[in-house]
Amino acid sequence: MAYPYRHESETRILSEGFGDPAARTVAGWKAMGGYAGIARALEIGREATIDEVKASGLRGRGGAGFPTGLKWSFMPKDARRPHYLLCNADESEPGTFKDREIIRWTPHQLIEGCLVGSYAIGAAHCYIYLRGEFFESTQVLARALEEAYDKGLVGRDIMGSGVDIDMTLHVGAGAYICGEETGLMSSLEGRRGEPRVKPPFPAAVGAFGMPSTINNVETLAATPHILRHGGEWYRQWGTDKSPGTKLFCVSGHVRKPGNYEFPLGFPMMELIEDVCGGIPNGRALKAVIPGGSSVPIMSADDCRECSLCYEGVEAAGSMLGCASVIVMDDTTDIVKQVRRMAYFYAHESCGQCTPCREGTAWATRILRRIEDGRGTEDDLDTLIEISEQMTGTTICVLSDSLAMPIISSIEKFRDDYLALIRRGERVGAA
Amino acid sequence: MTDTVTLTIDGHEVTVPKGTSLLHAAETLGTEVPHYCYHPGLTAPAQCRICLVEVEGAPKLQPSCVTMAQDGQVVHTDSPAAKRMRQGVLEFYLVNHPLDCPICDMSGECMLQDYVFDEGREKGRSREPKRVFGRDDFGGDVLYYGDRCVMCTRCVRFMDEVARDSRLTVVERGSRAVIDTFFDRGLEGASFAGNVVDICPVGALVSKDFLHKARAWDLDHTPSVCPNCSQGCNIELHTRDNLVQRLKPRENQEVNGHWMCDYGRANYEWMNRPGRLEEPAAGRGAKRRRVDWKSALEHLFVQLRAGVGAEVKVVGSAAASNEALAALAAVAGEAGEVSSRVFRSPRAADEVPLPGFPLLVRRHDLAPNVDGAGLLGFERTGDDEAKGGLEDVAGHDGVLFVLGDELADRNEDFGAAAGLYVYLGAFDSPAARNADYVLPVTTFAEEEGSFVNAQGRVQRYRQGLQSPGSARPAWLVLGALAAALGGHGTPATAADVFAGLVAAHAAFAGLTWDALGDRGAALRTEAVHG
Repeated sequence: MAYPYRHESETRILSEGFGDPAARTVAGWKAMGGYAGIARALEIGREATIDEVKASGLRGRGGAGFPTGLKWSFMPKDARRPHYLLCNADESEPGTFKDREIIRWTPHQLIEGCLVGSYAIGAAHCYIYLRGEFFESTQVLARALEEAYDKGLVGRDIMGSGVDIDMTLHVGAGAYICGEETGLMSSLEGRRGEPRVKPPFPAAVGAFGMPSTINNVETLAATPHILRHGGEWYRQWGTDKSPGTKLFCVSGHVRKPGNYEFPLGFPMMELIEDVCGGIPNGRALKAVIPGGSSVPIMSADDCRECSLCYEGVEAAGSMLGCASVIVMDDTTDIVKQVRRMAYFYAHESCGQCTPCREGTAWATRILRRIEDGRGTEDDLDTLIEISEQMTGTTICVLSDSLAMPIISSIEKFRDDYLALIRRGERVGAA
Repeated sequence: MTDTVTLTIDGHEVTVPKGTSLLHAAETLGTEVPHYCYHPGLTAPAQCRICLVEVEGAPKLQPSCVTMAQDGQVVHTDSPAAKRMRQGVLEFYLVNHPLDCPICDMSGECMLQDYVFDEGREKGRSREPKRVFGRDDFGGDVLYYGDRCVMCTRCVRFMDEVARDSRLTVVERGSRAVIDTFFDRGLEGASFAGNVVDICPVGALVSKDFLHKARAWDLDHTPSVCPNCSQGCNIELHTRDNLVQRLKPRENQEVNGHWMCDYGRANYEWMNRPGRLEEPAAGRGAKRRRVDWKSALEHLFVQLRAGVGAEVKVVGSAAASNEALAALAAVAGEAGEVSSRVFRSPRAADEVPLPGFPLLVRRHDLAPNVDGAGLLGFERTGDDEAKGGLEDVAGHDGVLFVLGDELADRNEDFGAAAGLYVYLGAFDSPAARNADYVLPVTTFAEEEGSFVNAQGRVQRYRQGLQSPGSARPAWLVLGALAAALGGHGTPATAADVFAGLVAAHAAFAGLTWDALGDRGAALRTEAVHG
């Protein structure tokens, strides 16, 4: 079975095994060079493993882009208390579908990544927190994990090294907020999926009160390659600040949506126009959300010179996030899109913090009213002010994530809002 | 390493112990940082987000309830950014809060009302319809108005952390979140659930018993001590129209923290019981006639002095104050040879501890001053229902005093053989028929006094109700008699009686009325255990 979308210009590191069922077995994965990364890690030791990942410059692929090696180095060095590696496989950012593909095509890539991460931070136990809706991925991963256990790759004395690393799959119940790192920990512990106040940070007090590190699927999946080939090898791709390759999840108004792996810094327009076949039906580009729904919307102009790396998207006024590129053509009703996102965030807010609980729901109702033609220009000021009040005032960044699309859409597509408002005013006057 | 840190809050330098939150540090300067989810008796989830303050150098506003004070910190609780954020949070609350203050029991003592009045926007901007949850009977005495709820989760945390009886939880999420109970059990049968009403910052959790009974601003608050068991929880009597409307706990970390039990809280109607003895009377049986206090006490004084040397038996009460019991003991001692001083008091089979605040226990003894009575020379008699044990007193032929025991299990023959029978009480009794003097005294709610609790702590309570008719505090009546018999000055206040008590009873040595204040003071340990 061929993976549906491939492009000859891709740099396939993580996605090499996509579409190849053989990669789902230990033998198949080993044939692709698998389990050599963890072997090397076990050989060079913990500190050197962390140093190798530090040297690679790998940044967290979950959205925040925090340097992975540095994060690992925050873990306490003593082993008096159990350490945990938590793999965040609760991929639920709207527009994101990369982790699912890594898990369902190359489960051993993730398992090996989890071994590397666990070994590096001194964790004897790794929890993989899977999104509740990932039925197929969960089955594939469970089967792969069973095989890995059977072959002595996971569990006691892995690969004869004397190191014990157990792995537990935990399937969530399908809540966006459980993809937030402390919300994930609460959920894993059997509590309501509610984020926790930091400090204390997970490296000090994480899952079950123990030092924990939490990494995204794609981040962990990259580490075996880095260990196998070295940090410098990884730096041959990408930019100085954004080394390596990245899976880009392209969705929306393009001819060939899908996952494409490119070095960071790849030009956005090339991705849309060349790789994804451009916008269908002869329409023009209107807007792009470059990093999952939680980042500022970019206008077509913003996209022209934008290169897809952390610093490049930031320079264009948005954020790379988890590189989920949502493309919208000129038929798109921006207000409706933002309202739909607002509804999502209001629905997924855990409800702890007042600005998020009330703000997301209130903003949704205002947006719906505008969409229904009953808005006023004052509503736009109110929306911006609500959004500002939702920024930086809460435990986690869920409400910030809605504030960004609202503010950016009103700034960049004010005319879309005004058209609805004025249409409503005319209707009202008639 | 020092144990304190010095920081600047709103331009004032303050030094606090390490580990003090910014909210507490501000409190020491008299600055209240608004807060909902934070409660001093519970953990702080930092989720209401109204206590955010500006800390110089921090990228964002910081929750003052969980941010610990650090040396050299410069904190602004009132900076434009902090004020703007608070105004924003308050507006968020009002998007869905029903503003039904006119029919809300919390109105007048509501933290949302107060903060919005202080710092809220003049007009809310929300034009959207409000979400409606309606109300839910949580069982026990607790009613939940979901629309008013600010989701601070204090109630959930109280049940989890303090009662350790997880019966409440947050259900749903986002703005659809409500507090709910598990299955149908709710709070029914919980022993400390009433506290969730106290700690609810708004009118979301209200007492069914108090529902629509009085407006907060019409209530007078009197510091008192719960008289329903020997724990002596510090409480307030909330009164209106000379009736106790409800009991509320008053913080005392030595006794009850912020809490009280449901048993104590619910037991107040007896303080409002009508049918009181209002005027002194003299004469047995059919010859009983109303007299004024002056003639009653003068005649009684003459009779007592004439009969000096007689055998005296005394029935006191574990619900009477130390002052009344001490004065009673003094009068009895002056009158003759005291052969028995007893009290009867109900005892519960079990104790009910509050797991998260182990000092607080609903005690076996369901009277407030069992320990005081013991220290003042009274011995327990009768059974656990406060019945029996008075057989030899009933037929006593000498002098007989009864204070505060209604003798409900005795008949009209009680005291028939007594040479002199003095009955002091709030209510008449068939067994008082043979009393030569029936003297109306006040209840604990109508007087000042002190109790000794089960921890050996002397605690004062204050007068919250006017006494009916000519009823007087027992310590005043007996103190005057004791003074006349002993030839010393007549006490005018409970403090005077207490001073005499301290002088006469070594167990109380070293205590003064003023030092007791509203928080009480512990007896020396050898007094309690000796």
